[in-house]
Amino acid sequence: MKFDETATVVSQNEISDGIYDMWIDTGNIAANAVPGQFISVYTKDASKLLPRPISICETDGSRLRIVYRIAGKGTKEFSGYAQGEQIHILGPLGNGFPLEAAAGKKAILIGGGIGIPPMLELAKHLDCDKEIVVGYRNSDTFLDKELQQYGNLTIASDDGSIGTHGTVIDAIKACGVKGDVIFACGPTPMLRAIKQYAADNGIEAWISLEERMACGIGACLACVCKSTDVDSHSMVHNKRICKDGPVFNATEVEL
Amino acid sequence: MKTSVNLAGVELKNPVMTASGTFGSGMEYAEFADLNKLGAVVTKGVANVPWPGNPTPRVAEVYGGMLNAIGLQNPGIDVFASRDIPFLRQYDTKIIVNVCGKSEKDYLEVVERLADEPVDMLEINISCPNVKEGGIAFGQNAANIEHITAAVKKKAAQPVIMKLSPNVTDITEMAKAAEAGGADVLSLINTITGMKIDINRQTFALANKTGGMSGPAVKPVAVRMVYQVANAVSIPIIGMGGIMTAEDALEFILAGATAVSVGTANFCNPHATIDIVNGIEDYMRAKNVNDINELIGIVK
Repeated sequence: MKFDETATVVSQNEISDGIYDMWIDTGNIAANAVPGQFISVYTKDASKLLPRPISICETDGSRLRIVYRIAGKGTKEFSGYAQGEQIHILGPLGNGFPLEAAAGKKAILIGGGIGIPPMLELAKHLDCDKEIVVGYRNSDTFLDKELQQYGNLTIASDDGSIGTHGTVIDAIKACGVKGDVIFACGPTPMLRAIKQYAADNGIEAWISLEERMACGIGACLACVCKSTDVDSHSMVHNKRICKDGPVFNATEVEL
Repeated sequence: MKTSVNLAGVELKNPVMTASGTFGSGMEYAEFADLNKLGAVVTKGVANVPWPGNPTPRVAEVYGGMLNAIGLQNPGIDVFASRDIPFLRQYDTKIIVNVCGKSEKDYLEVVERLADEPVDMLEINISCPNVKEGGIAFGQNAANIEHITAAVKKKAAQPVIMKLSPNVTDITEMAKAAEAGGADVLSLINTITGMKIDINRQTFALANKTGGMSGPAVKPVAVRMVYQVANAVSIPIIGMGGIMTAEDALEFILAGATAVSVGTANFCNPHATIDIVNGIEDYMRAKNVNDINELIGIVK
């Protein structure tokens, strides 16, 4: 069930350079969301037509938290919202991470850049041993202290200013991080490397993809990814990221 | 108050329908918009076989509009007929199937296949700017339009709507050609070919390089073309292009459209179609209009 709501901004802070942390009071979206789902946020500027898909970082009763990066004029507008601002949102959208896939196993949660936020809600809900691996551009980190509460945290950075110098895969290898199932969200090159790493090591991996979206609910076919097999809805090798994903088993998709 | 309109013998409860490609077959939007309240649902284009569409990115936002280059991804007529048509038949609305093809044979195969299906009208897409073969290739030449229209009419069991491209020098010439070929209704406009460059990545915003522009920025072009065509042909017109509100829809009706299609607005507001149905009724009450047909084409 999805909800089309006018929600209220509860608080907003810049927690890292260009990274904003917003809590929103919703009617039903927060209470119905599961880890890995996202919301569509509509701009107030009517010259911008398409909603911005933003992953859910955390929920607390009727409240929902998004942590997002200013990527353009739409997210720039969002960053200016103060407490009490009324915003139009749609959600929860897509399918979340399959929590049951981690039952009795040791999970590795991997977040890269603005793919880190959904890992917080996932870490809270996964009732198993957890390793958490996060990749940043530099030492200007975010959410790392919160993630630390839920598992052993390993950090990688592009410039080497914090943690392992390199990618999350470099950090996993350098620090000997081991696990039985991977949950990951981040840029496509990172997910591609994780898909390969999982295949090489015989580990199950669940990855959350992103693509330019329009409707956000599976009607317009803008945000497709290549599927390994013919998809039963599209009848071609395409799956809809917004509706069939954004979380896929890494073996289901080609990156 | 009468809101129903007649398109080639098909009575729509109101003039508001969805624009092909923005609404799928209504399954995803049914959660937000009561399909029973729509004049018709126009489906996404369907071909004789499944089409994979274009590479991503397939959409880009532009000021006051968007570009798309989906490339008519569709599951093919067999799955469409067994899944999408029965879904839509559950609702009290008219079903208009948009038909696409790469060749005349492709179009005719779908049209013939639909002859025994419970659908109300066919909309023939000869104007998609995002596929290399078919699509717009048929729609930019008057002789081709007349030919394909006549060929479709010969096989079609339902009234035929020809969907025209704005990417032509004189749209009235294309409209007259479709009318001469026997078209029952015209749809216009399809999207306007556009391009966006991503200056950070220094490449095209769309993998297809070009895409079809839609949204409120194209509306004045669409209203002008509907007005021109309404004054050039005697068959009814379905007007579309940037309709976001009831006020926008009314512009098209006053310019000469018997019905309107709502497309890009669905992306900004999943119940835009219903808001427009209600807004048209509010306007009729405010202006003391008893029958919406009294408004069609009255601006001369």
